[in-house]
Amino acid sequence: MNFGRFFRSTVGIGLTAAILLALPFVAATGGQAWVRILDFAILYVFLALGLNIVVGLAGLLDLGYIAFYAVGAYTWALLASPHFGLHWPIWAILPLGAGLACFAGVLLGSPTLKLRGDYLAIVTLGFGEIVRIFLNNLNAPINVTNGPQGITLIDPVSFGAFKFSGTTQIFGFALSGPQKYYFLLVALAILVIIINIRLQNSRIGRAWQAIREDEIAAKAIGINTRNLKLLAFAMGASFGGVAGGIFSAMQGFVSPESFSLLESIMILAMVVLGGMGHIPGVILGAVLLTVLPEVLRYGVGPLQMAMFGKMLVDPESLRMLVFGLALVLVMRFKPAGLWPSPERQRELKETGK
Amino acid sequence: MDIFLQQIINGLVQGSIYALVALGYTMVYGIMGLINFAHGEVVMIGTLVTITVAGSLIKAGMPVAVAGFAGLMAAVLVCMALGWALERVAYRPLRNAPRLTPLITAIGMSIVLQNLAMMIWGRNYLTFPALLPKMDFEFAGANFTMIQIIIVLVSAATMGGLLLLVYRTKLGMAMRATAQNPAVASLMGVNINRVIAAAFVIGSALGAVAGVMVGTYYEIAHYQMGFMLGLKAFTAAVLGGIGNLAGAMLGGILLGIIEALGAGYIGDLTGGFLGSHYQDIFAFVVLIVVLMFKPSGLFGEKTGDRA
Amino acid sequence: MQAKLSVVALSVAAAFALSACGQKEEPKPAAAPVPAAKPELVVKLGHVAPMTGPQAHLGKDNENGAVLAIEELNAKGMEIGGAKVKFELINEDDQADPKQGSIVAQKLVDAKVNGVIGHLNSGTTIPASKLYADAGIPQISGSATNPKYTQQGFATAFRVMANDVQQGKSLGEFAVKQGVKTVAIVDDRTAYGQGLADEFRKAAEASGIKVVASEYTTDKATDFKAILTKIKSTKAELVFFGGMDAQGGPMAKQMKELGIKAKFLGGDGICTPEFMKLGGPATEGQFCSLPGMPLEKLAKGPEFREKFTKKFNAEIQLYAPYVYDAVMVMADSMKRADSVDPAKFLPAIGKTKYDGVTAMIEFDAVGDLKGGAISIYQYKGGKLEYVETLGGSTLEAVKADIKADVKEAVADVKDAAKAVAGAATAVGKEAVGDVKDAAKAATEAGKDAVKAGAEAVKNAADATKAAVEKK
Repeated sequence: MNFGRFFRSTVGIGLTAAILLALPFVAATGGQAWVRILDFAILYVFLALGLNIVVGLAGLLDLGYIAFYAVGAYTWALLASPHFGLHWPIWAILPLGAGLACFAGVLLGSPTLKLRGDYLAIVTLGFGEIVRIFLNNLNAPINVTNGPQGITLIDPVSFGAFKFSGTTQIFGFALSGPQKYYFLLVALAILVIIINIRLQNSRIGRAWQAIREDEIAAKAIGINTRNLKLLAFAMGASFGGVAGGIFSAMQGFVSPESFSLLESIMILAMVVLGGMGHIPGVILGAVLLTVLPEVLRYGVGPLQMAMFGKMLVDPESLRMLVFGLALVLVMRFKPAGLWPSPERQRELKETGK
Repeated sequence: MDIFLQQIINGLVQGSIYALVALGYTMVYGIMGLINFAHGEVVMIGTLVTITVAGSLIKAGMPVAVAGFAGLMAAVLVCMALGWALERVAYRPLRNAPRLTPLITAIGMSIVLQNLAMMIWGRNYLTFPALLPKMDFEFAGANFTMIQIIIVLVSAATMGGLLLLVYRTKLGMAMRATAQNPAVASLMGVNINRVIAAAFVIGSALGAVAGVMVGTYYEIAHYQMGFMLGLKAFTAAVLGGIGNLAGAMLGGILLGIIEALGAGYIGDLTGGFLGSHYQDIFAFVVLIVVLMFKPSGLFGEKTGDRA
Repeated sequence: MQAKLSVVALSVAAAFALSACGQKEEPKPAAAPVPAAKPELVVKLGHVAPMTGPQAHLGKDNENGAVLAIEELNAKGMEIGGAKVKFELINEDDQADPKQGSIVAQKLVDAKVNGVIGHLNSGTTIPASKLYADAGIPQISGSATNPKYTQQGFATAFRVMANDVQQGKSLGEFAVKQGVKTVAIVDDRTAYGQGLADEFRKAAEASGIKVVASEYTTDKATDFKAILTKIKSTKAELVFFGGMDAQGGPMAKQMKELGIKAKFLGGDGICTPEFMKLGGPATEGQFCSLPGMPLEKLAKGPEFREKFTKKFNAEIQLYAPYVYDAVMVMADSMKRADSVDPAKFLPAIGKTKYDGVTAMIEFDAVGDLKGGAISIYQYKGGKLEYVETLGGSTLEAVKADIKADVKEAVADVKDAAKAVAGAATAVGKEAVGDVKDAAKAATEAGKDAVKAGAEAVKNAADATKAAVEKK
C-alpha cells in the first residue's frame, strides 16, 4: 500500500462523506419530497445489496426477495402499533425482524437446494407470492395481519425521546422527518456496504463465488455448498428484514399491496442493471431505478410542452414506457450492467462479446 | 358428484388455456434456454388486435364468422411479426450475455409492450366481440359451453401439431439439434439464427391463438391481462418440465385442475381455516413439492447448470 | 482494501450526485402564497388518483370531476379576503401504490397546497393522510371509503362519501328486505372489497340471514368458475360481491353460464357502465348500491351529468360528482372562513353545510359524511334503475334532504316543509325509518308544489301525520 493510493482513498472517503452529509439539505431546497425520494433510494440500495449477496455473490436467482422485506415490515408493524397495543423499542424489533426474515430465508432455502437456474427462480417467485397472500388473508379466523386493510398508525423510529417523525432542532439546524430518516438509512447502508465488502473478500465470499461459477467444481474442492447456499439466503433475507422494519416505521402504514411481485422484479432489475456482484454497480442501479422514474415524472411533461407546445402523450404512460426501454437498452449495450466488476468485464472480453 | 364433475370441467378449460400459453414459453425455452417473460404480453396483444379487427369488421356489416376469422388471422400475423422483432432486436444480441441479462430484457420488453398497448387501446377494460354462437350443454348436472369444448380441442390439437413439427419435419430436426448444441448444429449446416427466429415466430403465433381463445372465453380484455396469465402459464411449463412440449400441456391442465379443486374443496377439508383466498397458493405449493422430489419438473429432462 | 473502499465511496458519491442532478430538472414549485399586494390570489389544490395501472380509468374520471369544479370556480370568480381567487389544480399520480402515495403527498405538502382532494384508493389515502395531518393541510376524499381513513383521529381528514361500514350495512338491510334467507359472500381481498363484504356479513347475520359460503378471489382474476361452482352447491339465494366492476361483470356472466339462478348484489364498485359492458346480458336484474342519491333524483344531478359529458365527451364513471363536490366544499369553506390559509379555514370545513351535487354535505366529529344515505339500483334493460334509498340516515339528514329539495319552492311550501320536519323530529329517534318515509313524501310533495302551489302543503302535512300515526 503506497502513500498515493492511501491519500486518494482518504480524499475519496472524505469527499463522499461531505456529499452524503450535504445531500439532504441540497435536496430539501427542491422540496422535502426529494428528500423522501432519496430515503427510498437508500432503502433500495439497502435491499439491492441484500439481494446482491444471494444473486450476485452466490449466483442464486431469487425472484421472491420482497417476501423478507415484508416479514421485516410486518414484524415492526405488529410490535409497534396500536393493532396489538404493543410498542416495543427499536433495539428489540429490528433484530427480531432480521431474525424472522433470516428464518424465512432458511425456510425458502432448504427445499430449493437442489434446484438450479430457472427452476429456482420460479420457486422463489412462488414463495414471495405465498408470503404476500398469507399476509393478505391472515385476518381470519384470528386477526393477525389485519388482512388487506393493512396496519395503520405504526410508531416511527425513536431512540428514547428522540423521534424520527416531525421536525426537530439540532444545533440550530431544523431537521425534517425525512432528513432524519436519511441519516439513519445512510448509516445503515454504510454498515451493509462494509459487511458486503468484508464478505466478498472473505473465505465465505470466495466460496460463494466458486459456487456461482461452477457448483460441481466447488463441491469437488470441499466447499460445503448446502450450508453456504443457506447462509447466502439467510444473510440476504436478514438485510431485507431490517429494510422492511425501517420502511414500516417511515410509512406509518403497511398493507400487503406494497409487497407485490413487481417489487421483487424491481430489486432484481437494480442488481442486474447496475452490475451483478459489484457493490458500486448495485448501488448505482438502485439509485438510478428509484430516481429515474421520478425524474421522468417531472421531465416528460414539461419537455413535451416545450417541444411541441402541447401534450402529445400522457406523461404518466410515457414514464413507464421509457423505464422499460431503458432496461432493454442497457441490457443490449452493457449486458453485464452499467458498472460491472472488473473480473466480469474480463470474462466477457475473453468470450469475445 | 355433479359439483365435482363441474370443477373438473372448470379446471380442464382453465388448464387448457394455461397449456396453450405454456407451449409458447416452452417452445422458446426448449431451444435456447430463455424465459421469454414477454410472452404473456404477446398473448395480450393478440387479444386486443382481434378486438380491433373483428370488432370493426362486424360493425362494417360483415358476417361474424368471417370477421372472427379475419381477426384471428390479423392477430396471428401481428404476433408473429412481434415475436420476430422481439427476437431480432432484444434477444439475439444477448445470446452470449450473462444468464440474467435476457431475463431483465424480457421484463423490460414486457413493461414496454404493456404501456404501448395502453397508449393504443386505452386504460379501460374492453369487451371482446361474441365470435361464436352461444351454446350451452348439460351433462350429469354439470354445465359447459361450446367455447369451452373448442378451447380444450384447440390446445390439444396445437400440442399435437407442435409435436409433429418438432419430431417429423426438417425444421423440427434443426430445432432439436440447436437445442442440443448450437455450435455443433451450425457446423452441420443448420442456420441457427433462422431456427431460433422460427421458434419465436411459431411461439408467438401460438400466443395469438391463445389470446383469441382467452378473449372469446371471458369476453373481456385489458392491457394488463397478459401478466398474470403469463405467470401461471410459466408455472405450468416449469411444473411439467420446461422445454418439454407434452410436459407443458400436462402441467397446464394439472395446474388448472389443482386450482379448481383447491378452491372448491380446501375450505371443507380444513374446516374453514383455509379457503379460496389461498387459490393462487396451491399452484406454487404443488410446484415446490414436485420440484423438491423431481428437480427438473414432472417430465423434464435433467438440465445442466445454466445459471 | 482501502482502494476498494474508495471505489465504493466514489460510486456512492457518483450515484448521489446523479440523483441530485435529477433534481435540477424538477420545476421549482412556485413560491407559495402570492403576496397579498397582487389582486389575484392563487389557491393551489392538490388532486391525487392513480393515472396509470388498472384503475387509471377511475383516476381520470376523478380528475375530470376536479377539473370541472375548478373551471367553474374560476369562471364564477370568487373573492376571499378582498382578493380575487384563482384556483389551480396540481394533479399527481399515486399509481394506487401506498409508497408512491406518500411520495406524492410529500410533494403536495412541499408545494404548499392549500388543500388536497383525494386520494382515490383507501390504500393510498390512509398513509398519505398522516403527512397532510402533520402539515395541517385539509384533505377531502371523494372516493376513499375505508372507515379507517377518518378513524385515525386526524383533524384534517374528511370525505364526502358514505364509508364502507355505512354501505355494507345498508346492503345488508336491503338483502333482508328482499326476503333472502341464504347468501354467499365473495370478496376480492382488497381493502375495499374485504371491508365492504365484512360489513355486509355483519348486517346480514344480525338480521338472521344465513351466510352459506364465503369465497374469495383477487382484483386481477378473470376466472371465477371454481368458486361459483362451490356457491352453486350451497344453493344460495343471493351472491354478494365486494369488489370492482372488472371482476363483477365477468362473474355475473359466469354465474349465468353455470346455471346459477341467485341474484347478484354488490357495492359502488360494480355500479358502473363498465359492469354492464363487461357482464353483458347477465347483468340484467342484478343489484348494486351507490352512496348518496342517484344523480337523476338530485336537484343538480342531471345538470351535472350534462355539463360533464359535454366537457369531456365521456360518461361519468363513478366518483366524479363526489370529487367535484369535494372541491366545492373546500372552496366553500375558504369563503366562509374568508381565508385560504389552511389553519384558518380548516375549522370551517368541519362546520360545512354545503348543498352539493351528491348530497347535502355535513361532516360528523371524525370527518365522515353525516347521514350518508345509500341508494340501491337494479340493472334493467341495459340501464341502471333506481330502486330505493336506504340506511344511515339521521334526523338531520332528513331535514337536510327536505331543505335541499324544496329550496326552490315557493315560500309557503318551504315553511310547510319545515313544519313537516319539525313534526318529524317530534317522533323521536326510534321512528327514523318512518320519518324518512314521511319526509320523502313531503319532499315529493314539495317538488310538485313548485307547480301546483300551496295545495301540496296539505298533502305533505297529511303524509307526515299519516306516518306519525302509523308509528
